[in-house]
Amino acid sequence: MNLPQFVGTTTGPALAGPVLLVSDLSKSYGGPVVLRGVSFAAFSGVSLAIIGANGSGKSTLLKCLIRLTDPSSGKIEMLGQSVGDMGARALRQFRSRVGVVWQKHNLVPRLSALSNVLHGVQARMSGPRSWWQWAAPAEVRAEAMACLARVGLADKALQRVDSLSGGQQQRVAIARMLMQRPELVLADEPDASLDPQSGEDVMRLLSDLARQDGLTLIIISHRLEHTLAFSDRIIGLSGGVITLDVATSQADPAMLRRFFDKPTQ
Amino acid sequence: MPQASPAPPRFQHRSIAEYVAIIVVLALVLTSVMNTAPSLDKLQRGTARLFAPSGFLMQMFPPDFSRVEHITWKLVETLQMAVAGAALGLVFAVPFAILATDRLSPHPVIKIAARGMIAFFRTVPDLVWAIFFIIVVGLGPAAGVLALMIDKIGFAGRFFAEAMEEADTGPQDALRAIGASRMGVIFSAVFPACLPSFTATSLFALEKSVRGSAALGLVGAGGIGVDLKVAFDLFNYDEALTIILMMLVLVVAVEQGSSWIRSKLI
Repeated sequence: MNLPQFVGTTTGPALAGPVLLVSDLSKSYGGPVVLRGVSFAAFSGVSLAIIGANGSGKSTLLKCLIRLTDPSSGKIEMLGQSVGDMGARALRQFRSRVGVVWQKHNLVPRLSALSNVLHGVQARMSGPRSWWQWAAPAEVRAEAMACLARVGLADKALQRVDSLSGGQQQRVAIARMLMQRPELVLADEPDASLDPQSGEDVMRLLSDLARQDGLTLIIISHRLEHTLAFSDRIIGLSGGVITLDVATSQADPAMLRRFFDKPTQ
Repeated sequence: MPQASPAPPRFQHRSIAEYVAIIVVLALVLTSVMNTAPSLDKLQRGTARLFAPSGFLMQMFPPDFSRVEHITWKLVETLQMAVAGAALGLVFAVPFAILATDRLSPHPVIKIAARGMIAFFRTVPDLVWAIFFIIVVGLGPAAGVLALMIDKIGFAGRFFAEAMEEADTGPQDALRAIGASRMGVIFSAVFPACLPSFTATSLFALEKSVRGSAALGLVGAGGIGVDLKVAFDLFNYDEALTIILMMLVLVVAVEQGSSWIRSKLI
């Protein structure tokens, strides 16, 4: 197998083998090619940032990783499984091991924070008792409350999420991800729709929680300062091709700016 | 004074096809009116009969309330038929709507079949369904309830499916990404998002059911309509007026009640 070349893998807390191995991944939506020959690896416990301008293929890459969209070619191995070869049932079980925090929090607006967090248990449990907080077993409710407490929102448990602020909603989404008990976390611009302070708070929370739980964090960010502050390694995408793979400690901010649509102060 | 520009033509130029289309529509309207609408002479004679001292309208007044207790119980039965028909119809409309929704249907063929059945249920009038179910289960309210149920599956199935099509897909995708089952996605993300729309549709279905149930008795499918038909057949027009007035009270009460609930819930 033609293994990808890695840069910067000797730095940071990487200790074990890769939890994610992407080889020669390409994706096109019929017309233009969105991803072209993308290869990289992510190691256990490492926070990996993927940066790139709008249309560079970041979000498509993330969707390919959990097969929300099928790659045109290439291979993805994540958590010891070949993502491309899975049937529907295996894919469901695989997805349950991967936490995703979305740019738009994607919570169910009319439900309470607790119900939304509790939905995370659907990764390992099905049936009506995982659908609504009032029907859930006591231990599941207690775990959901503990997840809410970890993001500092235990006092908002029964509040409808559409009555919470943007930052609080993103925290609820993070609590839902924790409820899932993931082995790896993908975050698609979790700071994008938030004001600068809330965005930084959310990124710090996500980064701290990932470190506490020893989770691998793959994060797409459009803010240079967050990329530098909350990642161990940076991959830069331009036109669907990886043109940068560097340890964050060795990254030159001036060099990174070209991967962002607007210069970030 | 600046020289005025020549006025544009009064009518735009139209093609031959457009003139033909206009003539065809006019011919359709005219022949329909001439073949089916009552003549002026017929209308005049009918109106005279209506207002004659021994005419239909005069015999209606004053309304006869002597059988008001019996009529009240028949109205209760009518309301029960409406509630039962609407409730059963709404319950069965949900799976039909799920199967008819693009993102939730397990297979395109099943989606087309579900949409076809919903359209069929909606297209056939409830009176026809009532006649069909009278043949199946006999005369009485059971046939009415089944007719209302089928009619409501058609009515609510369409609106439920539309609401689910329009629901925000973000939360559904998020749950799919977690590994949630199809039922998990439906009950956790789709239904809560559609709740206001489902509530409004359900209340409209109940209103429609109450109006429909009053008429079903005319073909023998139970409810107050049976008594209305008998009153007309026996020329008891004063009793018929009482029934019509009490039906009006019931329908207005249900409509007002459902409007109030909608305003509180949505």
